[in-house]
Amino acid sequence: MSKVINLKRGLDIRLKGDAEKKYGTAPETELVALKPTDFHGLSPKILVKAGQEVRAGEPLFLDKYNPEIQITAPLSGEILAVNRGERRKVLEIVIKPDGKNSSVDFLSANPENLSREEVKNKLKISGIWPFLKQRPYGTVAKPEKTPSNIFISGFDSAPLAPDYEFILKGQTSAFQTGINALNKLTDGKIHVGIRPDQANGFFAGIKNIEITQFSGPHPAGNVGIQIHHLSPVDKGDLVWTIKPQEVIFIGRLFETGKVDFTKIISLTGTEVNTPQYYKVIQGISLSTLLKKAIKHEVAERIISGNVLTGTQIDADGYLGFYDDQVTVIPEGDYYEFLGWAMPRLHKFSLSHSYFSWLNPKQSYKVDSNLNGEERAYVMTGQYEKVLPMDILPVFLMKAIIAKDIDKMEQLGIYEVIEEDLALCEYVCTSKTEVQRILREGINLMIKELGN
Amino acid sequence: MKSLRKYLDKKKPLFQKGGKYAKFGSTFGAIETFLFTPNHTSKSGTHIHDSIDLKRTMTVVILALVPALLFGSWNIGYQHGLAFGIERSVIENFIFGFMKFLPIMIVSYGVGLGIEFIAAQIRGHEVNEGFLVTGILIPLILPINIPLWMVALAVAFAVIFGKEIFGGTGYNIMNVALIARAFLFFAYPSQMSGDAVWIYELPNKVPVDGFSGATPLAQMAQGASSKMASFSDMFLGFIPGSIGETSTLAVLIGAAILIFTGIGSWKIMISTVMGALAIGLLCNLLAVNDYMALPPYYHLVMGGFAFGTVFMATDPVTASHTEKGKWIYGFMIGALAVLIRVFNPAYPEGMMLAILLMNVWSPLIDYFVVEGHIKRRLKRAKLKGNA
Repeated sequence: MSKVINLKRGLDIRLKGDAEKKYGTAPETELVALKPTDFHGLSPKILVKAGQEVRAGEPLFLDKYNPEIQITAPLSGEILAVNRGERRKVLEIVIKPDGKNSSVDFLSANPENLSREEVKNKLKISGIWPFLKQRPYGTVAKPEKTPSNIFISGFDSAPLAPDYEFILKGQTSAFQTGINALNKLTDGKIHVGIRPDQANGFFAGIKNIEITQFSGPHPAGNVGIQIHHLSPVDKGDLVWTIKPQEVIFIGRLFETGKVDFTKIISLTGTEVNTPQYYKVIQGISLSTLLKKAIKHEVAERIISGNVLTGTQIDADGYLGFYDDQVTVIPEGDYYEFLGWAMPRLHKFSLSHSYFSWLNPKQSYKVDSNLNGEERAYVMTGQYEKVLPMDILPVFLMKAIIAKDIDKMEQLGIYEVIEEDLALCEYVCTSKTEVQRILREGINLMIKELGN
Repeated sequence: MKSLRKYLDKKKPLFQKGGKYAKFGSTFGAIETFLFTPNHTSKSGTHIHDSIDLKRTMTVVILALVPALLFGSWNIGYQHGLAFGIERSVIENFIFGFMKFLPIMIVSYGVGLGIEFIAAQIRGHEVNEGFLVTGILIPLILPINIPLWMVALAVAFAVIFGKEIFGGTGYNIMNVALIARAFLFFAYPSQMSGDAVWIYELPNKVPVDGFSGATPLAQMAQGASSKMASFSDMFLGFIPGSIGETSTLAVLIGAAILIFTGIGSWKIMISTVMGALAIGLLCNLLAVNDYMALPPYYHLVMGGFAFGTVFMATDPVTASHTEKGKWIYGFMIGALAVLIRVFNPAYPEGMMLAILLMNVWSPLIDYFVVEGHIKRRLKRAKLKGNA
């Protein structure tokens, strides 16, 4: 029987537009793009030019300061463009697939027969390495380090998040191979956090993992919360994290010797006709899929990821590197007459100043309106209600704003990344940009103390 | 409404940067966002936000104050009737009282919001909602006979020196409404205490025989406990006192609204009551005079204790910001209020001073709570290091 940890604090934001458990037919992949901006703190050195042919698994760019971290092409084709933005910052490297599926052969192997260095090397040259992230800071793991443990969250508790049990079904073998490879990277354990109702699900059939059950509302599924309750990250500690679908990428690499970045995403949100799952390739251009799937009734906001932590993309944008969900909600750029004084029966709020508490089952159509204006902190005790961690979030925010490194360290900046405090930002009466401030604090820590 | 929106959209550029009236941008913004919740969308971080904002929060607090306001207005008329032997119906009492109360409220809002608008304009900020509540709190904690110019002066002092010089709502150290009251209390004591200030017209007219107008607190302080009103009269509020504070029942309705909506901290309210009861009991045990022997629960219904507990001590900006700190902060307020009442006859009411004092101390309480938190985290790190 695995350990059970009950988390009381948190919030499940009940949104309409959850994905049905079925697959839609994804249109043929027209374009694929990799975005260096998906990686925190990575300074890309571009290795390809427009017009060049690449095979799946060939490197596209690497991190100038950690050249062992490289990102590779998910399929074979021609480099269509290297798009740059302000100050020539590289935004995306676009590939037009040639349909040949030719890929680099990294040689199949049983990871259990390989040394740690051999496993690391395979992950690095194949471009799978960047899926491994480290805590503190949530940046790409440093290949030369050894983490004390590796953590995987077996469920996503964010609003409208995909159901991992559904996504992972039938991929036990690849997942197990991936776990065996990861086991080579640490002297500690591979921890997997699951919901209580998954006790007999997919992860029950996996060996060499340590399962812990987490019950409670979001952010119970955040790996950062799970780490906090199992083995909190203090100064000098290092753990790595990875998501289940990415473990499968590792498994496929070792089983076939080739990279296969096919993943399952859910297309969700109120502006999608039939929210459901799709099998797509990493970095796919979403324009064709979205054109068909969106209702086109109102101005939409398209998000690669979930509504709390995702990145806004254009209608012809690309799937983010770490995302397994796309959400489409209405844009909220409208005025409402005396909105603050109205009963607003259709609006959801954690506070009882709205009437959403009367109907705990109802789900809501929510748009991107800020629902107010930014203010100085007035209310207290709000963040604590949605953060199941032994952390004083407002004091941490204030330490970051004051650029007080000692205090940031003492108040636990090593333990959190944006997604862990996303709910604090959601509930904030003063509309403080919590995630932006936190990332600024993390960047300052990296700059001053090194990664 | 559409035509109003169109009108605002047409005029908006005039008030934006480079426009003819850019100087009045904050004022325009305040009026615009009052009429229409703005069309701002999420720019970074979460793409959706909870429906609550500061305007909604303040609206709820004002709603919670309505029972105290209604009862207070009625009580002005009722007390006036008692003093001069005039028979009136409930409605007549209310209308009489409300008409006396209204000018004080108008002056409070007028002066306070005026200063807020100017301050926002000078800084180029939006006008903050904080004064919406302060502006109604101030009249509710004043005696009915207060001259209007004193209200104006006190509000101006409190808003400028209690809040704006610190940076506006969210940055002030002490409760703004209580600063206004404390200012008057020390600058014009004869208008803020005594037996005559609480009843309309009492200083200038001769009341019916036997009517004194003294508050229960004053009676206790003068050692005239036998004349004091009954517990139920004090609980329901049929006693002289500051306009909004007399009825504990009306305040409790407000407390229920604040606690239920999650906007007022129940921790502070409960711990304040516990602090008062604890010191009240201690006084009972050591009682050497009537006041010390007063049953502790009497303190809860006398004077401004209930009103202060529910609406002043819970001000989130000036209270303790940590959840643990809130317990200490509240307890100390209750304890100090009773101590001042019982042992300092110069100040019949201790609530105002207790809250102001703890406002100043709350950063210190938070400091120790945060230090404790940090120590616990360090210990955790060390334990792991040894393992």
